[in-house]
Amino acid sequence: MKNIIGFIRQNFTFFIFLMLQIVSLVMLSSYSKSHQTFFGNWNNAIAGNVNSYYNEWAYFFNLKATNAKLVAENVALRNELAQNFVPYDTSIKSGTLILRKDSLEKIRKFFYYPAKVVGNSFTLQKNYIIIERGTLQGVKKDMAAISPDGSIVGVVVEVNDNYSKIMSLLHRNSKVSAMLKRDRVAGSIEWDGNSPDILLLKNISKSTSPKIGDTVLTSPYSSSFPAQLMIGKVTSIIKDPSSNFLTLNIKSATNFYNLEYVYLVQNRRMEAQSDIEQRGEGNE
Amino acid sequence: MNNFQKNSARFILLLLIQIIILNEIPPIHQFITPYLYFIFILWLPFGTSRMATTLLGFALGYCLDMFTNTPGLHAAAASLIGYIRPTILNILLAQEVSEELTKEPSIATMGWEPFIFYIFSLTFIHHFYLVLLEWLQFGNFWYFIGKVFFTTGMSILLILLVELLLNRRKLKR
Repeated sequence: MKNIIGFIRQNFTFFIFLMLQIVSLVMLSSYSKSHQTFFGNWNNAIAGNVNSYYNEWAYFFNLKATNAKLVAENVALRNELAQNFVPYDTSIKSGTLILRKDSLEKIRKFFYYPAKVVGNSFTLQKNYIIIERGTLQGVKKDMAAISPDGSIVGVVVEVNDNYSKIMSLLHRNSKVSAMLKRDRVAGSIEWDGNSPDILLLKNISKSTSPKIGDTVLTSPYSSSFPAQLMIGKVTSIIKDPSSNFLTLNIKSATNFYNLEYVYLVQNRRMEAQSDIEQRGEGNE
Repeated sequence: MNNFQKNSARFILLLLIQIIILNEIPPIHQFITPYLYFIFILWLPFGTSRMATTLLGFALGYCLDMFTNTPGLHAAAASLIGYIRPTILNILLAQEVSEELTKEPSIATMGWEPFIFYIFSLTFIHHFYLVLLEWLQFGNFWYFIGKVFFTTGMSILLILLVELLLNRRKLKR
């Protein structure tokens, strides 16, 4: 007995080492769901704390990637919107009672692309926005650009392989067809070059009675923009006695100062529409 | 800063580096996992008893295990090198050096060749045991061999880098 105790005492460190090895091997081999719940509570109190701190940091550094992911997701969702589709014409009678087309099937009219803004100006008389997406990525001239919150930004005017230039609404030559939401009267949105916050809605007939605070949306007449996108709200009404039309000051809904991403809208029937708009003008 | 404070700070710092940086960097290859945390055991002063290094190794490994959800894996490997460390130091060191108990193993106190042998042997043992335990759970033989060698190489590279960065002044002297 004395010998055994003496032996253990001599090799005490070795026995401690063996014990530790056995403890860790048992832990490792018996690691399972039940183990996790048993030891987990105690472990998680410490490890969970550190991990949550760490996650906050990691989250911060991942914001860029997260942002890009959200943009892609937004585009996907926006592409699913019902207003991008036009139904087949089912009103034509073809002699039989059976419709030729499935009326549930829709034709896609508008298609959305995300684009990163790499250049932006709002202090000049002619402001442009440069985006990193060009012909190779499907951009064409006259495509519309809208901001992530759904208000309009401008129209693509120049395209090269990888970059495009958008004529912002804040441009002396910019002209977008718009309407008052209240009575659906159409006019056109322009900019007088003064304040980047204030746009002008011109050519509203004097017979309408717009009120301050009325919402202005894109009209269905525009070939670039889908209808009913937000433009802004009426802030004041200018009555010019020498004209038959009203001019409204519009507080722009788009924040031009901090654009990071824009969505480009492709109208798949744009050529057809602008073709018919221009035709016949020579006949007059 | 006394020895105890210095080593406590190292314990926490090395764990954080291992958990936050080395365990999170995207793997270069399935064979290569950068491990650095056990340098804490390698850096303990010469005079630390075998008992202390074993227990400290176990504590260090277990703390890491809490974060990697592998209870016992690193604890077993780290306590093994804690136990073996004094043996290897005794083989490598002349008597008079090991008597300076508060000094720590480094290139400056041991010289290049003994130090490299020291870190190589302990790193190899650590990884061999660690990957062996992992292999017993899953994996095949070539995975085991490949992982032991590549992970050891990676760790030695890291340790030498740290060593050269931190002990630059001592070397110049």
